[in-house]
Amino acid sequence: MTAPSGAGTPSGVPARHRIGARMGAGASPSTAEPWARKLWDAVIALDEDAAADVVTGALDSGVDAESVLLDVIGAVQHKVGVEWAADRLSVAQEHAATALNERAVATLSLSHRPEGERRGRVLVACVDQEWHALPARLLAETLRLRGWQVDYLGARTPTPHLVGHIHRTGPSAVCLSSSLSARLPLAHAALTACQAAGVPVMVGGLAFGHDGRYARPLGADAWAPDARTAADRLAAGLPLPPPPHQTVHDLPHLADQEYTLLRRDSRRLVRETLTGLRARHPSVGAYGEEQLERTAEDLGHIVEALTTALYLDEDGLFVDFLGWTAEILTARGVPADSLLPALDLLEEQVRDFLRAPRVLRAGRTALRDHR
Amino acid sequence: MTDSPVRPVTEAVLDPAAEAVLGPAAEAAPYPVVVVDAAGLPVRLNGAAAALLPGARHGERLAAPRWLADALADPERRPSGGPLDGRSFAAHPSTLSAGRAAWWLVDETALRTAVDELDTERSRTRFLTEASSRLLASLNLERCMGVTARLAVEHLADAAVVIAPSARRSLPVISSDGGEPTARTLRASRLHGVPGLSEALTGFPPVPSRWIDPATLPPWLPPEGFGTVGSVVIVPLPGHGVPGGALVLLRHAEPAAFTESEEHLAGLFAARAGSAMSAARLYAEQNSISDTLMRELLPPRLTDVAGVGFAGGYRPSADTERVGGDFYDVHPGDGAGSDTFAVLGDVCGKGLEAAVLTGKIRNTLHALRPLADDHVRVLHLLNNALLTGDSTRFATLVLASARRTPEGVRLRLTAAGHAPPLIVRRDGTVEEADTRGSLIGVLPEVTARTAHVTLAPGETCLLYTDGITDARGGPLGGEMYGEERLRRALGECAGLPAEAVVERVQMLAGQWAGAEPHDDMAVVAVTAPRGGHRAAGHAAADAPSPRRDGGA
Repeated sequence: MTAPSGAGTPSGVPARHRIGARMGAGASPSTAEPWARKLWDAVIALDEDAAADVVTGALDSGVDAESVLLDVIGAVQHKVGVEWAADRLSVAQEHAATALNERAVATLSLSHRPEGERRGRVLVACVDQEWHALPARLLAETLRLRGWQVDYLGARTPTPHLVGHIHRTGPSAVCLSSSLSARLPLAHAALTACQAAGVPVMVGGLAFGHDGRYARPLGADAWAPDARTAADRLAAGLPLPPPPHQTVHDLPHLADQEYTLLRRDSRRLVRETLTGLRARHPSVGAYGEEQLERTAEDLGHIVEALTTALYLDEDGLFVDFLGWTAEILTARGVPADSLLPALDLLEEQVRDFLRAPRVLRAGRTALRDHR
Repeated sequence: MTDSPVRPVTEAVLDPAAEAVLGPAAEAAPYPVVVVDAAGLPVRLNGAAAALLPGARHGERLAAPRWLADALADPERRPSGGPLDGRSFAAHPSTLSAGRAAWWLVDETALRTAVDELDTERSRTRFLTEASSRLLASLNLERCMGVTARLAVEHLADAAVVIAPSARRSLPVISSDGGEPTARTLRASRLHGVPGLSEALTGFPPVPSRWIDPATLPPWLPPEGFGTVGSVVIVPLPGHGVPGGALVLLRHAEPAAFTESEEHLAGLFAARAGSAMSAARLYAEQNSISDTLMRELLPPRLTDVAGVGFAGGYRPSADTERVGGDFYDVHPGDGAGSDTFAVLGDVCGKGLEAAVLTGKIRNTLHALRPLADDHVRVLHLLNNALLTGDSTRFATLVLASARRTPEGVRLRLTAAGHAPPLIVRRDGTVEEADTRGSLIGVLPEVTARTAHVTLAPGETCLLYTDGITDARGGPLGGEMYGEERLRRALGECAGLPAEAVVERVQMLAGQWAGAEPHDDMAVVAVTAPRGGHRAAGHAAADAPSPRRDGGA
């Protein structure tokens, strides 16, 4: 919990971007890879003109538009996340790089019109409070290139907007993206709302697990690991969503109210854990105001990960979150076991619950092994 | 039976020697009893059985019904049942001596009929319940039509065509013959080719379902490739005081294939489909009205103008809203040498009512743009307009005029009752623009002081509303985001493109507020673009901008 300012703030989480493309791991790596390198240089130099030139250059040299989208722009965005996680890129630089990548997508979309078969209409959006728009944007553009009529609603789409849009436009499917596992409860609300409006929902993004393991318990009609698979899946047609039902039956463990109670109490949990840390650990007691606020933010993320794990009844969600946070901290020279005292304090506060202590213990065991 | 070459079955059926087996009580019982030998062949029938099975022959397998012959011959002698002589029977065996068995036939016609009717009724109820919940799910007309066609094909007919009424010259049509419903349009003039169709679509006077001769059916009506049409019925879809549409059901079989009770069921289904479709039409009409009215109130998408980077972000206070009391606009200048005029403001209040006033202010400011060389004069004129209007609301705003110069971007900034813009320098220093002014729409006179600021490449000027700084929340809850945090966040944004600054600020304030209620939030960033390799002629790269002002 001694992370330097901003470093341990998993809210940025670009490391969790995965667009189904890495440098040199796309469908046509040999042709796309040199362009990805050029785009990376332009993005890091914040040279928008150069970035646009890479996109048009790659298209002119015969790289197909989908490959430019996913193996050039997507690969660079993936690297942005990796570099941020390794502390070689600041949060602000990550925002700047993302903005440039967005512009590169816009350049491509302006210069390249889809041809051939016209397909149906689909809605692509990020779930509420999800700020990582680029994966969804890349999917939207991929689908457009493949002839779909795409309504792209962008980052953090409130669920009422999503439903209103479905009624207005009648899409044949909705694609929901989320990068942060902490958004899974909101993703669940969004996808059940879309299904209640009679439309099948495909989900994607790292929030659902690298193998999509959280898509099924939440009742998604389909899951795809990357934009290409998503487009193929959509072309094959999605099954109709289940008939309207009480969604709590999908997650029967919610009946114990642990999620509801801890979620409501999460700010108090953060406050008391912080007080405990200051009392017991002199180093935290000596923190300045700003550092305390960072620590409180980190605690907030831990509590959020805990409640999310309770929502899905998946201890693994919490374990994965801690493992990832440990990597971020280690990259910034902060020992991962600095998280342990906070876990102990949290466990003391949730002693009266059944599932929450189990989740916290699973996290602590994993952290110990991480060392 | 009388002409059979074998001796006919009469009361002394088959093997008189077996009579003793049954005994007088069973022989005279009102229920049919059949005695079979070890091989399962009939050897004795009591009177009731003989009457029921006049074709039975001694020692021979029953010619009919087959289910009974099979049951009698079954070495395991399991109970069975089935139709016989227009009725339903259950057959229960009881073991006798010498490997023989007596089969007792129990007439359960009434029970069977009741069970069958219950099954039919249950499946109809299931169908209507499913229809209701699937139709209620959507407020989209095309989708409701698709669901109607799909359900009709699943439960009522081999193919279904759904036609919605329309005020236009062409009508939306969705049809299905078991596959994905397909959409097309139909010229209204063609309706008269189908007897009863235009009446069904008019909705008044009410008309019953109507059978039409398949021979008169125009070829465009059935789904493509449907083949022979045996029977057609046109079912009107009643709406809420407005016609819901018409449903055409087609079957390959002859007309008798639709029974009276099926037609009744189709009517019940049609009532549900009709209300869903008319609700969807009303929703679409209301939506197109509010969309048209709303279009002018939505915040615009900002892009670079004349070599100056602009980006904007807006988040209404409520998730159900799309507009609110905050607003911004960017108006390009008339041509070379003129400034781009940007404005960001906040009308007191939230939601649609506030949004309507923002619309008036935005229009007024657009009209006043040619006078933007003098911000104070613009504010004065706007103030007069608001004072003479019928609204008692007031507004705060910031005006910004920007022009690309060889050094970067030259800005004139005037705040009226609004937080002064913040300037982010290349080195991460954050300054407040030196401008102050009074609220608009309250006092008869407006006073304001304009600040002059130059942005070097990579520097940004941020215009924001108090929804950002007043956001309450944070990791511990209940704390205001505040200007200090905003300044710190901006300090990390030196050198970033305008949209990255906007996204960063929106994200931090949004995450700070979390799920807590917050006010409308609006942000505009004005940036002097960093030198790309085309920096000198940067304006030329701004393809989306309608005006090109070399600036440099």
